[in-house]
Amino acid sequence: MKVLVPLKRVVDFNVNIRLKADGSGVDKTNVKMSMNPFDEIALEEAVRLKEAGKADEVIAVSIGVEKGQDILRTALACGADRAILVIAEEDVEPLNIAKILAAIVAEEKPELVLMGKQAIDNDCNQSGQMLAALLGWGQGTFASKIELADDAIQVTREVDAGLQTIKVNLPAIVTADLRLNTPRYATLPNIMKAKKKPLDITTPDKLGVEVRQRLTILETVEPPVRQPGIRVTSVAELVDRLKNEAGVL
Amino acid sequence: MSARETMEVDVVVVGAGPAGLSAAIRLKQLAKAADAEISIIVLEKSAEIGGHILSGAVLDPAALDALVPDWKERGAPLETKVKSDSFRVFTKNGSFAIPSFFLPPLFSNHGNYIASLGSLCAWLGEQAEALGIDVFPGFAATEILYNEDGSVKGVATGDMGRAADGSEKPEFAAGMELHARYTLIGEGARGSLAKQLDARFSLQENAQPQKYGLGIKEIWEIDPKKHCLGHVEHTLGWPLNNDTGGGGFLYHAAGNKLFLGLVVHLNYKNPFLSPFEEMQRYKTHPHLARLLEGGKRLSFGARAMTSGGWQSIPELAFPGGALIGCSAGFMNLPRVKGTHNAMWSGMKTAEAVFEALSIGRSNDLLAGLNARVTDGEIKADLKKVRNAKPLLSRFGTLFGTLFSGFDLWTNTLLGFSVFGTLGHGAPDYASLNKARDSKKIDYPKPDGKRTFDRASSVFLANLSHSEDQPVHLVLKDPSLPIARNLPDFDEPAQLYCPAGVYEILRDEDGKPRFNINAANCVHCKTCDIKDPAQNINWVPPEGGSGPSYQGM
Ligand SMILES: Cc1cc2nc3c(=O)[nH]c(=O)nc-3n(C[C@H](O)[C@H](O)[C@H](O)COP(=O)(O)OP(=O)(O)OC[C@H]3O[C@@H](n4cnc5c(N)ncnc54)[C@H](O)[C@@H]3O)c2cc1C
Ligand code: SF4
Repeated sequence: MKVLVPLKRVVDFNVNIRLKADGSGVDKTNVKMSMNPFDEIALEEAVRLKEAGKADEVIAVSIGVEKGQDILRTALACGADRAILVIAEEDVEPLNIAKILAAIVAEEKPELVLMGKQAIDNDCNQSGQMLAALLGWGQGTFASKIELADDAIQVTREVDAGLQTIKVNLPAIVTADLRLNTPRYATLPNIMKAKKKPLDITTPDKLGVEVRQRLTILETVEPPVRQPGIRVTSVAELVDRLKNEAGVL
Repeated sequence: MSARETMEVDVVVVGAGPAGLSAAIRLKQLAKAADAEISIIVLEKSAEIGGHILSGAVLDPAALDALVPDWKERGAPLETKVKSDSFRVFTKNGSFAIPSFFLPPLFSNHGNYIASLGSLCAWLGEQAEALGIDVFPGFAATEILYNEDGSVKGVATGDMGRAADGSEKPEFAAGMELHARYTLIGEGARGSLAKQLDARFSLQENAQPQKYGLGIKEIWEIDPKKHCLGHVEHTLGWPLNNDTGGGGFLYHAAGNKLFLGLVVHLNYKNPFLSPFEEMQRYKTHPHLARLLEGGKRLSFGARAMTSGGWQSIPELAFPGGALIGCSAGFMNLPRVKGTHNAMWSGMKTAEAVFEALSIGRSNDLLAGLNARVTDGEIKADLKKVRNAKPLLSRFGTLFGTLFSGFDLWTNTLLGFSVFGTLGHGAPDYASLNKARDSKKIDYPKPDGKRTFDRASSVFLANLSHSEDQPVHLVLKDPSLPIARNLPDFDEPAQLYCPAGVYEILRDEDGKPRFNINAANCVHCKTCDIKDPAQNINWVPPEGGSGPSYQGM
């Protein structure tokens, strides 16, 4: 069985993002980028399936700028067998992503697509669902545990009320939640070996997909700054300030 | 312990700073020119090349010209030429400029560039990779490996996935041994491996002790009306008193950015001094307050620099390798520049290594390396300023600056110094006065606009550090902070650490406890340098931990 794992290159979760001076979006110059954490988890799960003898091949795919090669190399070091980079502009919308992935699925014929539940930059949480719809496959989203049987996959989902377990027939899409696993490190020996693994580069054009962006970003604003607290010296002052400044009493 | 994998290479370089990358690039260039195969690995503890680099920076491109002559065509991030230069002395409320004809020519920044050294290193890393050098960010070298004959055999990278108690987490991955014919240490100021090598091979024995300064830097985006692209300003005096060496810098960089920083020499005497608070106070000076009005702070960071200069250059070679860059210490203090010398030292060491490799040598001593590295550019740069730091240490900022100005002129014009070569005296950890003999310093509260507290500052260093890993600030004797440092010096770690890593907490009975918030560490190395008990040993945490500086 082949497993396809889509990966997005995003601003690293430790970085404090800031807006461009003209407010047109997030300033990404010189900013540290890395693999979307949920995608890392999806990749880890795919590699574990392979190590358990349940999958034969793990293919990592990323859609975006040329630098995306970095995260694909990391994926290869973490156990993916080969990688595909689809060169496109940054921040391709979910529907386009889903269409490109559908085209890759048609070529590669995986039985399972394991992906992150959402990207931490735009939080869309749409690509997996859209891909399932385009392919007409079953889907198990927000997975915190998966169990693979011959022709189906049992997915434990993190839902508001707790955990829900469903069975989805293969081929299927599964999107990973935080608790699915703890990803491994890319070790130095594995990074060295990964340099020799195949990484193919293609474009949406070659895959027969026309990328058409449908959304326009009107405005991006920073969250309001929290006012620093003050220290009051007496209960009387507290009451006074609550009454006259905060207006809550 | 899980078995470590081993790999053999010709040369392993520790640290992807200007020194390490220049060494690797030069070596590969020489190999290519001679049609020889040389395998080189560069290890870098930061998750990304440049992520742990903090510098001013006004860069003298001389060494870069020699290393990559077509750097402009290749898009090196040196875009802003220095257009104007000024040197000001600050008093509490005012300042005056020192006319340029008073200043020896070495102070001129004509032909230099205002740039981010972190970005330059990222670019150098790309050049290195394009040449076929394996650069591995995210891997700290934590151990020196020795051959049976005592020579250095290489280094090992740190384990990943150890829990705080030292046990192996499920995702544990053992480090790797890199065995090399020569090992080059380019860890920058106060390297953790360099320290071990010095202890083993007594590299500093015949030199003066190394001296250090702590530089705290912020990047601001300021009002375009107040920005003056290409302007470089250095300041002396306030907020530092006459007894405390150091000075400030203000570099107007591209994109309306202001690189702003204060360097405090780590031989300061008052244990109540806080370099962090001095930096915050610096920004309240009218000269800066005007510039910063309406601006926004984007980044914060701190890093120690070497300042011992010519007298403090240690023995560079040890059997099986060499120290390069600020791990040895080639900073020119009056010029506030070390990058060009770090690069020269990397390149010249590479040339010596290449010759040795070409005739089949390995793991031996590169004899005569000091002369080979320093003769020429480095000596010309450092020797004439050799007395600046000792004069400041002896006479304070006012007279020290006057005397060293005089000394710099005699050296420049007449080629000699009436002072000869002065020593540095005691190392920085021994300079503190007792707390009971010192005056407390009352620092103003942060206003949240121009001045900030440690927590909101460290936030802008983009730290990443898994809490569940062994503490990387290792106390040789865990009782000393409370037993000795607290009564004697009010435990100065609380104040000298710019990131608020060290705290004295008290339980209900008022019993003090020394607390280490290791995840706040910005890898500046000050604690390793300044702890009066020399009890704190800074070792690299899990690879990829620490700050993620952008454009520092
Ligand atoms: C505040 C400040 C301002 C300065 N201003 C200027 C200026 O304007 N102009 C100028 O020319 N110079 C300036 N300098 C000096 C200049 O930054 C240094 O001389 C220069 O960075 C030294 O280069 P290096 O390669 O030796 O070390 P570094 O630049 O410190 O690089 C060392 C690298 O090694 C890595 N490393 C360390 N230990 C390990 C390990 N064990 N394993 C793996 N990796 C490791 C570090 O993460 C780092 O990336 C300034 C310095 C400071 C602190
Ligand atoms: S703990 Fe030491 S190295 Fe880390 S930030 Fe504080 S002083 Fe610097």
